[in-house]
Amino acid sequence: MPTTATETIEQLALRDYQAGFETLVEQEVFPPGLDEDVVRAISLKKREPEWLLEWRLNAFRHWQRMSEPTWANVHYPKIDYQAISYFAGPPKKGPKSLDEVDPEILKTYEKLGIPLQERALLAGVAVDAVFDSVSVATTFKAKLKEAGVLFMPFSEAVHEHPELVKKYLGSVVPPNDNFFAALNSAVFSDGSFVFVPKGVRCPMELSTYFRINAKNTGQFERTLIVAEDGATVSYLEGCTAPMRDENQLHAAVVELYAHDRATIKYSTVQNWYPGDPQTGKGGIFNFVTKRGLAAGKGAKISWTQVETGSAITWKYPSVILRGDDTTGEFYSVAVTNGYQQADTGTKMIHVGKNTKSTIVSKGISAGHGQNTYRGQVKILKGAHGARNFSQCDSMLIGQDCGAHTFPYIDVQNPTAQMEHEASTSKIGEEQIFYCNSRGLDTETAVSLIVNGFCKEVFRELPMEFAVEAQKLLEVSLEGSVG
Amino acid sequence: MLDIQNLHASVEGNEILRGITLQVRAGEVHAIMGPNGSGKSTLAQVLAGRDEYDVTDGSVLYGGEDLLEMAPEDRAREGIFLAFQYPVEIPGVSNTYFLKAALNAVRRHRGQSELDAVDFLRLVREKMKLVKMDESLLQRPVNEGFSGGEKKRNEIFHMAVLDPTLAILDETDSGLDIDALRIVADGVNALRGPERAFLVITHYQRLLNYIVPDFVHVLVDGRIVRSGGKELAFELEEKGYGWLEQEARSGTTQADKTAPVGATA
Repeated sequence: MPTTATETIEQLALRDYQAGFETLVEQEVFPPGLDEDVVRAISLKKREPEWLLEWRLNAFRHWQRMSEPTWANVHYPKIDYQAISYFAGPPKKGPKSLDEVDPEILKTYEKLGIPLQERALLAGVAVDAVFDSVSVATTFKAKLKEAGVLFMPFSEAVHEHPELVKKYLGSVVPPNDNFFAALNSAVFSDGSFVFVPKGVRCPMELSTYFRINAKNTGQFERTLIVAEDGATVSYLEGCTAPMRDENQLHAAVVELYAHDRATIKYSTVQNWYPGDPQTGKGGIFNFVTKRGLAAGKGAKISWTQVETGSAITWKYPSVILRGDDTTGEFYSVAVTNGYQQADTGTKMIHVGKNTKSTIVSKGISAGHGQNTYRGQVKILKGAHGARNFSQCDSMLIGQDCGAHTFPYIDVQNPTAQMEHEASTSKIGEEQIFYCNSRGLDTETAVSLIVNGFCKEVFRELPMEFAVEAQKLLEVSLEGSVG
Repeated sequence: MLDIQNLHASVEGNEILRGITLQVRAGEVHAIMGPNGSGKSTLAQVLAGRDEYDVTDGSVLYGGEDLLEMAPEDRAREGIFLAFQYPVEIPGVSNTYFLKAALNAVRRHRGQSELDAVDFLRLVREKMKLVKMDESLLQRPVNEGFSGGEKKRNEIFHMAVLDPTLAILDETDSGLDIDALRIVADGVNALRGPERAFLVITHYQRLLNYIVPDFVHVLVDGRIVRSGGKELAFELEEKGYGWLEQEARSGTTQADKTAPVGATA
């Protein structure tokens, strides 16, 4: 029973309440609009405890008083937040087989070298037919459980480990942190929850890969990763396939919390639909808040991101270096082609003594793409002996694109050591011709040159991810030269 | 192997090559000499397929095929190699990785199987000896941070690995000290053979002491104004280019009278 826009929220909430969860499958999408009742309805759908509802409502009230940030170097038509639907139930019936999937999408998967079975999963083919990876996922779960690692959908964690969720939710990114974080806090649909107990080294790379396949996540996912004293975890987010998405706004929040000597490594390969390369129509607005708190002594948080998709990217994975001797890292490759715009970078906030941060950002602009690095390094008064190294390199491909750099440096302690390097280069005709003259075609040449440019970031990615990221760059930049 | 007829080429409307005619056969080494700005490097770039030059007239046949119709990478795969006057840096891409990609592109084109890492490394080690190259240059990014001499040696090393049929050396001697020059020349000489031809572009005669050409051509104002044997190079060394330039501009060049010179005629 599909809903129509004319239905009022009250009716909707009431009916949901009466009908319970049995109608979930039929009840696919909330009608557009956002008010407290919608927030209540979302919470109700997810059978959330009262405290979480209150948490959402508090965030919503903050959000209502906030205004959308305009300082970023991105331009887009005004978003009508009342025209968006804030809850999509279980996925609509997907295609039954690969034959029903858009051949264009399949072609891209093929280029990415994704195995056939995974292509089916990614394309949203009903997973009822049992694929190998289903059993793989089960094996994963057993192994993690044995190690004591909790890894589950956020909504599941709310029910199974409410005390942990309650303790850490919003502890790094408060609900009123910024406009999009507040919106997310009010309406977040699902996400991942990871908890690595004291002294445990997570036995495998955790990835949303399997879970996303099993269940489409919404546009407002929320991820929370906690590593206790001495724990280590590496988390991979996103798949390298272009998930076509008819919805426009994607506002996620990721919180990382690292206790004493804990290490959290978070890698993202983001390739949402970038919009029409010829006209700039459509595509995802990717407005994401990611922050890590290196809370305890000697903790380390490392962000690595490869951002090739989305019409607009607005994200600044940051680290608060609160504990003494903590380390924060940010390695980023951002690609804008077609009419994509990216305003991305990081914040490193040095609070503790002898804290150390490293920033390596590689921006690549092609087509009409506009790429902005925006980064803040802040050394607070008490941060004796803090050190930062920043390197921001931009590469331009073609005549119509742009690269911009906005580094903000705020040093309040004279013992700080700061290094900042920046460069802008252009893929030269010379370089391409040189490759051509050795037998390499232009596309291979561009991919080689760009991959060389991004090398320092790619080597931070887990091996198999690095390979996919390279291929993804090739696909993203296809046709950008000559 | 290479048959250039009345080749005219210009860049941004300025005509640089004004009717070059030249034949090169397998096994031959041709030296192209001439003063600065005479069009030597342009000839090399046009043959390799640089697209900022417009070929306005004439033809180039390579192995009987129309070379000018071929994309630069296809020319390379068909066996044309250009050693750059100013080798280009490719940051972050290791020399070995680059060369392996190039070699395998060439091999695929020739219907040969791609080399795996082990076979490739064996080949590379063997070829490195030709130019006495330090093994550390293999892992370093292509030409990045190389000294002038290392860059030039690296070009000859690429050439040795890619095994071309026609090698064009564009002022490979410039910027080399005498020891480096000798090493580069030894590398080239080792690659001489009945199947391979060389077009050696140089401003100075001294390279030709080490790479002894079968033919010498003098280029002035985009035309070959004189062709001869290796003794022509000595004559140039002695007399400079001035007399040929004067002849060319007064319209009494040998080329005008006898063109096509046809070094192989």
